[in-house]
Amino acid sequence: MGGSTHQNTPVSSTAQVSSSNNMKADLPFSFSLKTFKLKTKQQELLIRVTILGLVYILAFITRLFSVLRYESMIHEFDPYFNYRTTLFLTENGFYEFWNWFDSESWYPLGRIIGGTLYPGLMVTAALIYWTLRFLRFAVHIREVCVLTAPFFASNTTIVAYFFGKELWDSGAGLVAAALIAICPGYISRSVAGSYDNEGVAIFALLLTFYLFVKAVNTGSLAWALASAFGYFYMVSAWGGYVFIINLIPLYVLVLLITGRYSMRLYVAYNCMYVLGMLLAMQIQFVGFQHVQSGEHMAAMGVFFLMQVFYFLGWVKHLLSDTKLFQAFLRVTLTCTIGLGGLALGVGMASGYISPWTGRFYSLLDPTYAKDHIPIIASVSEHQPTAWSSFMFDFHILLFLFPAGLYFCFKRLSDTTIFIVMYGLTSMYFASVMVRLILVATPAMCLISGISVSATLKNLTSLIRTKNKTLHTGSSKGTVSAKASSKASFDQSPPFGKKTAIALLVGAFYLLSQYAMHCTWVTSEAYSSPSIVLAARGAHGDRIIFDDYREAYFWLRQNTPQDAKVMSWWDYGYQITAMGNRTVIVDNNTWNNTHIATVGRAMSSYEDEAYEIMRSLDVDYVLVVFGGVTGYSSDDINKFLWMVRIGGGVFPVIKEPDYLVNGEYRVDKGAAPKMLNCLMYKLSYYRFGELTTEYGKPPGYDRARGVEIGNKDVKLHHLEEAFTTSNWIVRIYKVKSPSNRW
Amino acid sequence: MALRSAHLFFFFTITLLFTSAFSNLVLSKVERRIDLTSQIVRTISTLKVENEGPDMISEVLLCFPDYQAEKLAFFLVSPNEGKGKSKSSTTSLPVQGVKPEGMPSSLTFYSVSLPKGLSEGENIILDVFAVFTHSLQPFPEQITQADSQLVLFQDSAYYLSPYEVKIQSLSVRLPTPRVESYTKLQNTKLVDSEIKYGPYENIPAFSYEVVVVHYENNRPFAVARELVREIEISHWGNVQITEHYNLVHGGAYNKGGFSRLDYQARPHVRGVSSFRHLLARLPPRAHSVYYRDEIGNISTSHLRGDSRKTELELEPRYPMFGGWKTSFTIGYGLPLQEYLFESEGKRFLNISFGSPMQELVIDNLIVKIVLPEGSSDVSVSVPFSVKQLQEVKYSHLDIVGRPVAVLERKNAVPEHNMHFQVYYKFSGLSLLREPLMLISGFLFLFISCIIYMHADMSISKSSASYLAKLQWDEVQAAIQQVQNIINRCLGVHDKLETSLRDLSRTGDIQACKAARKAADSYLKELAKDLRPFLTFLQSCPQAAQILPKVEELVAKVKDIEEKLMLKNIMVVDSYEKKSGGREIENKVAALQQKLTTLRHEVDDILEVIDEI
Repeated sequence: MGGSTHQNTPVSSTAQVSSSNNMKADLPFSFSLKTFKLKTKQQELLIRVTILGLVYILAFITRLFSVLRYESMIHEFDPYFNYRTTLFLTENGFYEFWNWFDSESWYPLGRIIGGTLYPGLMVTAALIYWTLRFLRFAVHIREVCVLTAPFFASNTTIVAYFFGKELWDSGAGLVAAALIAICPGYISRSVAGSYDNEGVAIFALLLTFYLFVKAVNTGSLAWALASAFGYFYMVSAWGGYVFIINLIPLYVLVLLITGRYSMRLYVAYNCMYVLGMLLAMQIQFVGFQHVQSGEHMAAMGVFFLMQVFYFLGWVKHLLSDTKLFQAFLRVTLTCTIGLGGLALGVGMASGYISPWTGRFYSLLDPTYAKDHIPIIASVSEHQPTAWSSFMFDFHILLFLFPAGLYFCFKRLSDTTIFIVMYGLTSMYFASVMVRLILVATPAMCLISGISVSATLKNLTSLIRTKNKTLHTGSSKGTVSAKASSKASFDQSPPFGKKTAIALLVGAFYLLSQYAMHCTWVTSEAYSSPSIVLAARGAHGDRIIFDDYREAYFWLRQNTPQDAKVMSWWDYGYQITAMGNRTVIVDNNTWNNTHIATVGRAMSSYEDEAYEIMRSLDVDYVLVVFGGVTGYSSDDINKFLWMVRIGGGVFPVIKEPDYLVNGEYRVDKGAAPKMLNCLMYKLSYYRFGELTTEYGKPPGYDRARGVEIGNKDVKLHHLEEAFTTSNWIVRIYKVKSPSNRW
Repeated sequence: MALRSAHLFFFFTITLLFTSAFSNLVLSKVERRIDLTSQIVRTISTLKVENEGPDMISEVLLCFPDYQAEKLAFFLVSPNEGKGKSKSSTTSLPVQGVKPEGMPSSLTFYSVSLPKGLSEGENIILDVFAVFTHSLQPFPEQITQADSQLVLFQDSAYYLSPYEVKIQSLSVRLPTPRVESYTKLQNTKLVDSEIKYGPYENIPAFSYEVVVVHYENNRPFAVARELVREIEISHWGNVQITEHYNLVHGGAYNKGGFSRLDYQARPHVRGVSSFRHLLARLPPRAHSVYYRDEIGNISTSHLRGDSRKTELELEPRYPMFGGWKTSFTIGYGLPLQEYLFESEGKRFLNISFGSPMQELVIDNLIVKIVLPEGSSDVSVSVPFSVKQLQEVKYSHLDIVGRPVAVLERKNAVPEHNMHFQVYYKFSGLSLLREPLMLISGFLFLFISCIIYMHADMSISKSSASYLAKLQWDEVQAAIQQVQNIINRCLGVHDKLETSLRDLSRTGDIQACKAARKAADSYLKELAKDLRPFLTFLQSCPQAAQILPKVEELVAKVKDIEEKLMLKNIMVVDSYEKKSGGREIENKVAALQQKLTTLRHEVDDILEVIDEI
């Protein structure tokens, strides 16, 4: 658009333009046109702002599929806890929230909420809520919570734009913003209703990285300060901040090793680290971990290394004699390394510095959790990532990523080194754990943005130069031009204009495929709240299974206010938030023993389980059962984890007792202990009398496709209190002990 | 419970004779019909009141035992003016609670003012319509899922009255013929689902003969512990009604758990006392209906509508068994013009009071009428007694808040579904306030954006970085200018080429020469224009980074210019010498190649500069 005004001189071949007057006359004319039109820079700004605005809106509305398909509701498990705490925060204020002891969970232990959560998300939502209230918008806190994640996803696109601009140019920024706006890897965690830490944290993560890179680029204290605050926000929002506090030192180390040490880096890192660390200590849950935990020691080590480096540089500056300096270097290095090692060793030995946690180990060694921490391994989102889910979440970014890396390596700078490191490390983590795909997404989008932008730019400039050379008219000239301009390889690859156009069309095809894939994935796969299940009926109509809410609402309305509900920990947050009842264990899996006790109760015979339940004051037991509907993620399918986790603490529970030749089954051939344990009884109580499918015997379990082995389940200490309309949730009442005489 | 049962089996027959004060009036005929088909007890008594004394009498006393009076939800006395008249034409008579002296303390009295006084020998027929709630006591109090619900009802076989009753009869209608037991007095018979007592003659005043009916009643015992109806008026054309229900099954408690298997196999047998649906009859043209509770939308509901009514069939999340509770919210919008009217400079809303739900007992009904912000002089007129309060509600974009008239009524039944009026004053201009607020808000936002973009926010005007920034702006402007000029030069170059091409076609050497001359002079001018910018750039330390590129660019352009001129001259010369086309081409080929290369380089440099 703007470019055309430059070549305004008419190329009228017919005119016998002979006089100089004529030539001069049309130049002022073109000037007057220019004054009416926007300047090129302004035009570009306008286009850029418009695109960004559209991307911003797109990122928001594509996440509203869940509201359209279902309703404005909180999704899944953890968001219910976040919603409940946000509700508490808005009702009781920050001080009460910070000191909240929650007696409704982890009965009888309770949970100190203020000290065991990352408050960033709740405070953010509450602030948005209060601001809207102040502006006289009478919104409900639930709506704020539902829309927090899309709102922050939109903000992330803006950050991605600036990051891309910092990395490459504004074109790459725009492409990256557009890519991240609809990338399924990010959408999976930020659809409307997915009110989880990650929704805010990805924004904070990218912002911190951007500000830090900016600080490194400019050496400005202000940017470093800003990145420290970004880090603080990240720490307050998500446990994933550990990634930042390890990646940034690693990056600094790489820069040091590659000889890219500069004063800018020194200022940026020191300011960011010291301030960020002090700020992070204000979060109760994090506390003194920055100086005490093994995961944070790398950052501290690099901090001291930077000081040594700077000191050596200063000494080198003072000492003119290189030999003297070499000697000094040797002494200093030995001393520092010795001191550092000693300090670390003493710290470790005295227990002042805690060793790495299991979660951290399980990241470095994917098999660690499986062997040592079943509770981590039992979570589906902690499984190693399958190739298909990479394809599902990244689509063309998978192919663009290496291309982007190539471009980054070609124009190596402090910034591109950062994004390369971010991309590679996060890719590793993404392949270790499914949920960490989320962390890799921004890097993938940025690097792919670079590759798309650079490729398109090369292709279009190729087409444009062709146009220009066509001006000169002689075909020979072009040929020679090709030959002569070997220097700029990118600008004129050895193919013609048509190829360039074909490639361009191909690139647009790929991008449009990406857009379509993302929209499809968002609407079909990632918008389900998982509380409400939807299925297609025989006639293609939509059937809704709202059993979870049916059960939780029944609990909320028809059980005593102080009733304690025992269920597997997955449903803990939902029971407290929707059912408003006390639970024994919930999704905050802080106490393994407690969870193991519940696992033990579930996998014992009814009599033994009754003793355990009595000791825990359990009034109701809730199990999830998919045998009628064919819902596969029910408690019977999770049961082996209960056995493993229970057995990990109580050796009376042995996994082989529940297996037959290493095989897990529920039909006639199942292990006797399996057929009589509490979980089996509760799931299949009176199921043997029910015909689930035409042509199958009664008691046919549709989730596992077998006829159950124990159809005559008798309960002595429990009675059925409620079963939802599709049998997905079954609630049993624990009878009080019968009179002895 | 214990208290209620004590009442039930406590036989008391008050036969005190207060002849002195009331002997004048006699009820010559009493017909009572008690309707027990639902959970609500409706009694219609037709009294023929006769004045036998000499004095003119304008008031009639009616009485209920206390235990009934406290469950009395609705009470209407109307004169019965023969059978031909339709019910609607009868007007209700004013009724007042009174405490006459010397009366038994366990009775509650109401005084009915007659339309005109009764003189001796005259009579009047009154229809007394009374509705009682919670008068059916489940017995047994706890039943299993499969049991049918049995309830006890207690009343007197004789009409309890401070006056002597000459002839009276009582009929009790039941929902089904299944009666567990009923008190058998003389002249009692059970026909189908109706129990008849009487006729009895000459029963003295205050006679009470307990009658207990124990029968099966599986009608929904839906009781709303509390119902908050919020009626919000928007003068943009909508009346939004939001109803928060707190519902309980008021019948016999469910014991022994709930078996889904039994229930889903035969819901009408193994769940006979429960109810699954509720039916709400909404006004016609109700729109945007929703049904949800604290934890989200409830998907089990059906909406049917035609021009006369809208029916909403609600299904709670779970079937309601005895003692089970649930709570939910329904909301719908109604078109404003059908409910809002204007009279004497005041607007008034005319809308029904109670719940649209059928056969629902409401223990505590709170109706809130939210008027638009800026309304004043609010007054409410309700055809029965309610408690009135005032509140303020803050909704979207409210500053002073919306006035809310709160009406509270205990013990409401469907009979309370009468229209009531809320009068208020509201100026149409206030309607524009909120849009104007929004507009001004956005205007302010944009203006502040403009100011921010144009204002110089730096704190120190003399700091080095600030000056450097200013200078950098200037440098950029200069570079832009340089680019412009260079582009124009390139344009001129193109022209020269064109003229050469023209030459090869037309052979007009003169024109070509003239063009060359013009271009030459113009290029010189441009070069002159370029000079100040170049000197500026050279003097400027900020431009040091970019200067080499610019200089290279200028040099290259100069080079092109020279080469072009040379080529031009050569071509023209050869034309003058009448050389062949091929020859000319060969001559300039080398030159041409260099030119193309140079042109490419210039383009590259221009792009590089552009990026800076």
